[in-house]
Amino acid sequence: MGIRIPSLTVADPNEVLRPVHPGFVALTLFGALFLNLLPVSGTTLALRPDFLALVLLYWCIQAPRYVGVGIAWIMGLMMDVGDATLFGQHALAYAFLAYAAEYFRRRVLRFPLWQQAAQVAALLALCSALVLLVRVVGGAPLPGWMFFVPAATGAILWPFVSVLLQMPQRPVRSSSTL
Amino acid sequence: MSYLPVEPPAFFHRGPSPATRLIVVGLCSIALLFLDTRYRYLEQVRQGVAAVLYPLQRAAALPGEAFASVADYFVSKKTLADENDRLKRRLAEQGASAQAFESRERENARLKALLELKSGYRGTAIAVQVLYTGRDPFAQRLFIDKGREGGVVAGSAVVDADGVVGQVTRLYPYMAEVTLVTDKDHVIPVKLERSGVRAVMAGNGAGRAPELRFMPPSADVKVGDMLVTSGLDGTYPTGLAVARVATLERETGQMFARITLAPVAGVDRSEQLLVLSQASEMPARPEEPVATEAAKKTGKGRLRRGG
Repeated sequence: MGIRIPSLTVADPNEVLRPVHPGFVALTLFGALFLNLLPVSGTTLALRPDFLALVLLYWCIQAPRYVGVGIAWIMGLMMDVGDATLFGQHALAYAFLAYAAEYFRRRVLRFPLWQQAAQVAALLALCSALVLLVRVVGGAPLPGWMFFVPAATGAILWPFVSVLLQMPQRPVRSSSTL
Repeated sequence: MSYLPVEPPAFFHRGPSPATRLIVVGLCSIALLFLDTRYRYLEQVRQGVAAVLYPLQRAAALPGEAFASVADYFVSKKTLADENDRLKRRLAEQGASAQAFESRERENARLKALLELKSGYRGTAIAVQVLYTGRDPFAQRLFIDKGREGGVVAGSAVVDADGVVGQVTRLYPYMAEVTLVTDKDHVIPVKLERSGVRAVMAGNGAGRAPELRFMPPSADVKVGDMLVTSGLDGTYPTGLAVARVATLERETGQMFARITLAPVAGVDRSEQLLVLSQASEMPARPEEPVATEAAKKTGKGRLRRGG
């Protein structure tokens, strides 16, 4: 009987992981959408990372079979309705994010977590920039640099998200083999 | 240096490549954005997605509600007694003016009847609760917990105890979206309570004070003046408090004075709101002079249309 050893690191790229359960992917995506819809305001709102973008990014890198441009686009549409923003702006940004993730995924995975976080910050900032572009074209005023704070907080959360989302895929080890 | 081919062999292909997909959904998004900004054709689609999203939104509001109710439970007796005192005093203060208001209302109705003026229809009010604010810190929107099923009508004015908060801009079956008066380019027709001067108040987006637009430098405005709705648009009932004049810059060189305002309602704080149904039935607008336009058209060839 195997006892699960919870390890708080991610697997190194050569470790063989168990296949991702598509149900788990869906659950985490909707969980992230739920976190995005939580009613907060003020500073918390300004600091809150875009959880959905973060989780989408993770699955696009780790499980491109299940999550790609199409899923990201559909989740973006839901975010647009939840946010009452222009229909399609998050959809466009998330689709682009998914594409970028698919393009860079082999490179990102080779780095240690904190270096991955730096690259994730760039990708999330790109995603925000795209939302910003759509809004400015739509006639909104420039919101100032605070608009990119969630990209930074998202990157800070990246190591935690990686560890958390990878847990179910870690191979089960019995305590005797350690 | 050799590298692995990026493309998998043909027998591993799973549909179109990511780039193709990105182009397809990118074009779809741009089409959606265009349709949404220009024509608002997509309300049906939006309603469909909202139906899927609704349970999640409701669930997301729950932790906050639970926290609030637990916090309520632990409010000290003294706080409650104090608040009770304050509210009673306020009620007493307002009781007098409410009685005066009623008699004036009757008097007004009589006079209007004498003058054969159409009396404004007094709408009903629906009490609602703020469900959550939009995720976007720069958009001035919030969601309330009643929608079409609760009798809310799109376009209704939303007020709190102190004044106008905003307007219902989008309806869902069980919730509604309210655009706040501070939202960029949200415009309310107002008048100055003191001098009766008509004006329009326009929001300037988050973090920036709304302003009174198109007022000549010579207009009769003072700092601290109260602005109330003029009711000229038929959306907002007449006489609701909206804002006070905060700053005033008159430069004679400029075409208009720069007047910034401070909303009196707790636009960013209030939790309990009232949705007022359409205030009055406006008489139909006079018909555009179609015949003359047609005549001009034949005479001058092409005519520029507004809008």
